Amino acid sequence: MKEYLPLASLWRLLAVMLLAIAPHFVRLPLWESALIAGVLAWRALAVYKQWRLPPNWLKLSITLLAFAGVLLSYNGRLSGQNAGTALLCVMATLKLLEFKDRRDVMVVVFLMYFMLMTHFLFSQELWTVAYLFICVLATTAVLIECQHRGALAPRHTLRKGAAMLLQALPLMILLFILFPRIPGPLWGLPSDAGAARSGLSDRMAPGDISSLIESDAIAFRVTFRDAVPPPAARYWRGPVFDSFDGRGWEEGFVTLAPGYGPEIEPLAQPVRYEITLEPHRTRWLMALDMPVPATIPEDTFFGREGTLLARRNVIERQRYELTSYTDYRLVPQLAAPARYLRLPDTYNPRTLALARELRARHDDDSALIQQVLRMFREQAYYYTLQPPRLGRNSVDEFLFETRRGFCEHYASAFAVLMRAAGIPSRVVTGYQGGQRNDIGGYYVVRQSDAHAWTEVWLAGRGWVRVDPTAAVAPQRIEQSLEAALSALGEGLPGHLSARTRLRYMVEARWDWANAQWNALVLAYGPELQQEFLSRFGLDDLRRMILALTIALTSVLAVIGLMLLRRAAPARIEDAALREWHRLTRRLGRAGFPQGPSEGPRDYADRVSRERPQWQAQLDAIARLYLGTRYQTSAADTAKLRRAVRRLQL
Amino acid sequence: MRVWLVFKILLHPLRWAQDRIDAWVMSRVKRQPGPITVSRNRVYILPTRFGYFFALMLLVMLLGAMNYSNSMAFLLTFLLAGIALVCMHHTHANLVNVQMRAGSCEPVFAGETAHFELRVDNPSVTPRYSLVASWPKREQQAVPGDVEARGSGLFLLALPTAQRGWLQGGVFSLSTEYPLGLFHAWTWAELDMRCLVFPKPATHGGTPPPAAGHGGLTSSEASGQDEFAGLRPYRRGDTPRSIHWKSLPKLQQPMVKQFAETLEQDLWLDWSALSGLDVEARLSQLTRWVLDAEALQRNYGLRLPGTVIAPGRGDGHRHACLKALALYAPPSAADAASPADPASHS
Repeated sequence: MKEYLPLASLWRLLAVMLLAIAPHFVRLPLWESALIAGVLAWRALAVYKQWRLPPNWLKLSITLLAFAGVLLSYNGRLSGQNAGTALLCVMATLKLLEFKDRRDVMVVVFLMYFMLMTHFLFSQELWTVAYLFICVLATTAVLIECQHRGALAPRHTLRKGAAMLLQALPLMILLFILFPRIPGPLWGLPSDAGAARSGLSDRMAPGDISSLIESDAIAFRVTFRDAVPPPAARYWRGPVFDSFDGRGWEEGFVTLAPGYGPEIEPLAQPVRYEITLEPHRTRWLMALDMPVPATIPEDTFFGREGTLLARRNVIERQRYELTSYTDYRLVPQLAAPARYLRLPDTYNPRTLALARELRARHDDDSALIQQVLRMFREQAYYYTLQPPRLGRNSVDEFLFETRRGFCEHYASAFAVLMRAAGIPSRVVTGYQGGQRNDIGGYYVVRQSDAHAWTEVWLAGRGWVRVDPTAAVAPQRIEQSLEAALSALGEGLPGHLSARTRLRYMVEARWDWANAQWNALVLAYGPELQQEFLSRFGLDDLRRMILALTIALTSVLAVIGLMLLRRAAPARIEDAALREWHRLTRRLGRAGFPQGPSEGPRDYADRVSRERPQWQAQLDAIARLYLGTRYQTSAADTAKLRRAVRRLQL
Repeated sequence: MRVWLVFKILLHPLRWAQDRIDAWVMSRVKRQPGPITVSRNRVYILPTRFGYFFALMLLVMLLGAMNYSNSMAFLLTFLLAGIALVCMHHTHANLVNVQMRAGSCEPVFAGETAHFELRVDNPSVTPRYSLVASWPKREQQAVPGDVEARGSGLFLLALPTAQRGWLQGGVFSLSTEYPLGLFHAWTWAELDMRCLVFPKPATHGGTPPPAAGHGGLTSSEASGQDEFAGLRPYRRGDTPRSIHWKSLPKLQQPMVKQFAETLEQDLWLDWSALSGLDVEARLSQLTRWVLDAEALQRNYGLRLPGTVIAPGRGDGHRHACLKALALYAPPSAADAASPADPASHS
């Protein structure tokens, strides 16, 4: 079967297609990755061994099977971010089985361009820019080769592709800045759009937070506008749990409407800061305990427990400014304490007994709390990332048997004890601390800073934060997780243990670069464009388009002139020949072009016969030219040039 | 009629636009000798249908980027848009400033395909890839080729021939879609190219020429029985078959058999010998005789009304005879027909 593309070209096309699909292999279902790899390999082999392409019925059945496969793998949907990408990849690969003429090749290459876009729905980090340029260059080189009958060496196609790419860069930047941005979405987003779910969960059971510590993904970045609060005050509030089922804690019902938030009395000056929150697919917006209600962003609400909530799930990176009180009185009057005292009575009997005993001994709530904290601090309780598994009565086993746990164990046990002793309490999860990036002057809070603590309600003081972890491992609060675990001789998770000074410098710079990238390029939307362009007076739509058109046209004109100059006839290196050409051009314009096989002497003679008045001059020039050209006496070149310039016709 | 036109424009805007431009340009193309430089104002450029498809794809990507508010998707879309815009200039620059001139054209017989040589010179420092030369309305047989920097390329334009005589190469186009296939740049030109078409030879086994003496065609087949005239020493170049082996052991050197060359008389291929046929049939038969005589290595002469060619043999003689046959014009139309022989063509 006669292939349209030669062997080498087709292999290059297959290699570039593999490059374009490669990052998807981690996301696609296994069967699809295998199918794509198989088809690519088979196609490469088929052209080498000159096998026939599969017949129509086989192609059709594979296509239908692929469709069905995607439907099944993605729960009966073909649209949406994940299913759509899977469908596109498999269709582009199957098109390879049908390669009869130039049109098929062009369709495949265009599909490869289109496929590049799907990567950015999943990740837009800084390295994706390099990937973008490499893939566009490779695909363009393949496209250039396909326009040529026969193979074209990669150095030519890559050089041409690189030239076109570099020339297109200023156009890309101009379009990116000036093209009017319309606030999206235009037709709505599918339900699986944006990043995957990450971070805190809406249920807390022993072991949940410690598994989150394994990830060093960034949860959010904070820039403090004024003074930076000390680590002990840097508690970032996430979901609050008030319902215990014996094993784990869950959130209560939340109302997404204004006016349901708690009452806050400030006691000191607030702190101003700006948060850039990474998407995590839940409604919680991180804020420093407690945000000032008047300053919360538009379209956000306070939950009943004081958590800041967005109207929709956070599926894109968001930036918002807030002000928070670090010193406050929260809910001085508790209307319905029953909710915060409820405990299932068939679980954890020993804990309940201990609580009753403590209540009997201490009448005062604060004293009771101090007693429990003293118990954690002075008795043999350990703070570790890998505690033993707990059974049905998890709090009992933790308090009396294993005595080893992470922040969620301590918080959960403390809250149960408090409730059993009649003090209203709840578990708060979120993040604590954050590491400063010296280069950018901002603080980075990662998933490994996730934390759980409790709040108890005391008459006259409202909800008060009590962090049992501070009793067991104070370095966790004062410094960081690494410091605490190292001081205790505990093993660190992988990403923390490798943090040397050098690696910190590199990471800090890379994080700063990423933060700039996020803020300047990825966040460039209608608002940022408006803000940026109004500095140049281009805030009007019409003026924006006018500026864009003028800029594009001028850049294209410059590029066009540059290319035309390279396509112009090359400068002849021989000076004498150049002068001779000048002469023949002049004579040609006067009506006496040099014939294709006419020598200089014959030409001069012919023209002299027609115009005897020029004979002397032409004779001299011809003699000088022949002498210079064939006897290489450099001095005569100057004479020749003078003679030609002085020619009077 | 109007409705059909509108429909055609909507469905194939590119085709319609190109046809309009072509019709306008071709009516203005003048035949020129010598090198034609493809200057900037002779090059026309339009997007191909892949170019439109690419634009559509970019639009879809742009809408997707707007919908998802995805900055990297915007970057990709704008980068591809920039590449497409720059491609227009690259395609234009790929064609501009080359020089076209006519090469030679081998004479053919009527019914065969004439190949016109088109030489394309590239005086610039950038090589030109995928230049395509073709006749109008014959894009399937277009001839692609490259021309290296400061070099020259050869394109063979094929044209089927039907009649004898001079075949003029008409208007042709030189075009390119390199580098990305999104734009089509082309130019029309007409060079002074023509091909000599000999009459189609009659099939074998037609009327034999009149036997003129001992040397008729029929008797030349008896050359195997020529008289043995003696031996001569072997010379380099003699075929082994003519060596006389029997004398080798005796004489100790190879000897070659010699035959007396029967002096054959010259063949006269005469117009008047074909009285029963019409003009074209006579010319066909005469062509066949010329070819056969040349194959048999006989001397032959040609006698036509108004032209007599003395007997001879060899490529030059054959060409002269065939040319006379090709350009033969019946006496009644003699004033109007015969074109002057150009000095450059032989």
